[in-house]
Amino acid sequence: MSSGSRLAEPGTPPDPTVPATATATNTAAGTDASCGHPDGVHATARIRATYNGRVTTLPQLRSDGPFHLRRIRTGGRGATVGIIGAMSAPLGGDRLALDITAEDRAELEVTTAAATLALRGPTTAPATYDVRLTAGEHACLRWLPQQLISAAGSNLRQTCTVSLAATSRLLLREEQILGRADEEPGHLVSRIRVHRAGRLLLDQHTAYGDPAPGWDGPSVLDGHRAVGQLLVVDPELDADRAPVLLREGIKDGCAVLAPLAGGPALFATAVAPSSSALRELLDQALGHALGE
Amino acid sequence: MHLDHPVTMPHRHTYSAEPLRADGSPRAFRVGLGGPVGSGKTACVAALCRTLRDRLSLAVVTNDIYTREDAEFLLREAVLPPERITAVETGACPHTAIRDDISANLEAVEHFDETLDPLDLVLVESGGDNLTATFSKGLVDVQIFVIDVSSGDDIPRKGGPGITTADLLVVNKTDLAPYVGADLATMAADAERQRGDLPVVFTSLTSDDGIREIADWITGHLARWRAKAAA
Amino acid sequence: MSRAALLLLADGRFPAGGYAHSGGVEAAVAHNAVHDIHSLEAFCRGRLHTTGLTTAGLAAAAAAGCDPLLLDDAADARTPVPALRAVARKLGRQMMRAARATFPSAELDRLAAERPQGAHQPIVQGVAARAAGLTPRDAACAAAYEAVGGPATAAVRLLSLDPLAASWLLARLSTEADAVAANAAGAAARVETEGPDALPSASSPLLDITAEQHAAWTVRLFAS
Repeated sequence: MSSGSRLAEPGTPPDPTVPATATATNTAAGTDASCGHPDGVHATARIRATYNGRVTTLPQLRSDGPFHLRRIRTGGRGATVGIIGAMSAPLGGDRLALDITAEDRAELEVTTAAATLALRGPTTAPATYDVRLTAGEHACLRWLPQQLISAAGSNLRQTCTVSLAATSRLLLREEQILGRADEEPGHLVSRIRVHRAGRLLLDQHTAYGDPAPGWDGPSVLDGHRAVGQLLVVDPELDADRAPVLLREGIKDGCAVLAPLAGGPALFATAVAPSSSALRELLDQALGHALGE
Repeated sequence: MHLDHPVTMPHRHTYSAEPLRADGSPRAFRVGLGGPVGSGKTACVAALCRTLRDRLSLAVVTNDIYTREDAEFLLREAVLPPERITAVETGACPHTAIRDDISANLEAVEHFDETLDPLDLVLVESGGDNLTATFSKGLVDVQIFVIDVSSGDDIPRKGGPGITTADLLVVNKTDLAPYVGADLATMAADAERQRGDLPVVFTSLTSDDGIREIADWITGHLARWRAKAAA
Repeated sequence: MSRAALLLLADGRFPAGGYAHSGGVEAAVAHNAVHDIHSLEAFCRGRLHTTGLTTAGLAAAAAAGCDPLLLDDAADARTPVPALRAVARKLGRQMMRAARATFPSAELDRLAAERPQGAHQPIVQGVAARAAGLTPRDAACAAAYEAVGGPATAAVRLLSLDPLAASWLLARLSTEADAVAANAAGAAARVETEGPDALPSASSPLLDITAEQHAAWTVRLFAS
């Protein structure tokens, strides 16, 4: 598949002018800067939300490459942005980035309209997908994308770098599906790093799919193909609470919701045999986190 | 050794066997109770707690093979408030926990020293084991080995480190001797042969006052240990 | 530096409390996810490349002289479940006791004073390695080996596996453990310029989840 045939939807052509500097900061997030490929798509979409004293506005809503951004009218004080996949991405060699900022007192929710499918591209070089989330003082940011699916033969390095002010609130959910139905997954390497008020709150690195060693064994996934995290950061949260275990066995999936050390934050980790079972566990975890 | 550090006699940092804590205050006296499964160690601990709790500030560490079972028995029997009973996991190696790597037990007893003030006495009950288990001197000040007549009157004759070296040997369940055909006189003679001058108590912990002699032995040692530490 | 000091530090008999911890294998056995020598090998390999890599990085950085308090924060951020943080600090206290008696050093004393409730165990191990005159690579090697040696020994006790087969398994993993240690030491060397973010944060979802499950059991043989 050539990169030209990947224009699934008209109207949002990849922006060839996105300079390399837009992704140069990726190295700080742990991505090898050399993994781009001349045939790959280089794109950085940006969302910036501000609060005008009455409602949240979106002074920057910059679609790019596969990311077509659309404001969803919801009414109320906050803003919601949907990301619509404008092409099949990421493929091998792509360098994609999303830069999402909720400035002081803004309330922003960002979702994706459909699952993100990592596919094998014209090259076996890894694709990179870097999400940067920033929330200012008293801002509220919700990052709730649909699943990321690692298809056979794909090779993706994903980072999620979150920077929070001391008073900001965050809800983050990430779901990774290893392989479409009954296929071996591609190689999926992810790192999530969250700083709050300049201090490191969470740093997790995972590597699934061959050639990652030991990824499918009984100490990592034990055959499960869906894995996800949920993070709730809220200064008003009562994070000093006992861990919640969801399901006692491991065969049908299981999860734990527990406070992080550098809190006020609750973090859930879940594994499941399927994407629907995973979502169910994470929804339950969210219910517990919000005290429902 | 690292070259930056002059090699001198290392200052003791373990404080395990010393009568003073790191801050110089006295620690509690520590008594180990070992012995085979079913000989009555937990019953002995429970009886000691009931007898001594009005006179002394007490705490108990259990080293069950499966953690918590003995601790939960003691909690159920309400011999001490819950904050005075704790369980240490032994990873299926009860010997190791009291002898070769005493760090988890030291953590537990020092936690009591820090949180219960004043504290006079900590009883450390080993996981039920065979005849070879003994407590490290780094963990306890004195140790008691508990056997019973119903497991065979030849146990004292067989010896083993617990029988021969424990500071006190308790032969429990003497009331059962006639039913199991145990010869108490032979047991006493064998014990003396194995232990020389070290004391042996024959008792039945189910009887009224069956614990008195053991409790007196402990309080006597506690008094002497304190006098020595104060000197 | 002394080779024998490394053997002492990495020895399962070093009295630092490791014998009572299964590294998650007790929970895996209960779930029947580990049931024989092959599933044990898969368990150990996964643990080596996740927890093992992360702890080896922390140990190497501590041995290299990086600020142990910064590393302790980095360890907290890499340990999202309270059960494993509690275990790491408890084992850290136990390691501290053994290390101060074995390799007395002002740095160990300082860390003990600054973290009376215990620093994360690999950090204490790294500072102990430094006190013993060992290299960051040595410290990483000890941590990586422990990441597989602990569960293998525990599984022998839990499943009555042939101890010879378990030794064979550990020998098979030794090349990978060396590679993990080299990787960890390389990352530790970058901490001076890049900060603790340079250290690995490899994690495993099931080790986190099952550690909390295990901590909730009322009957268990191992502390973790």
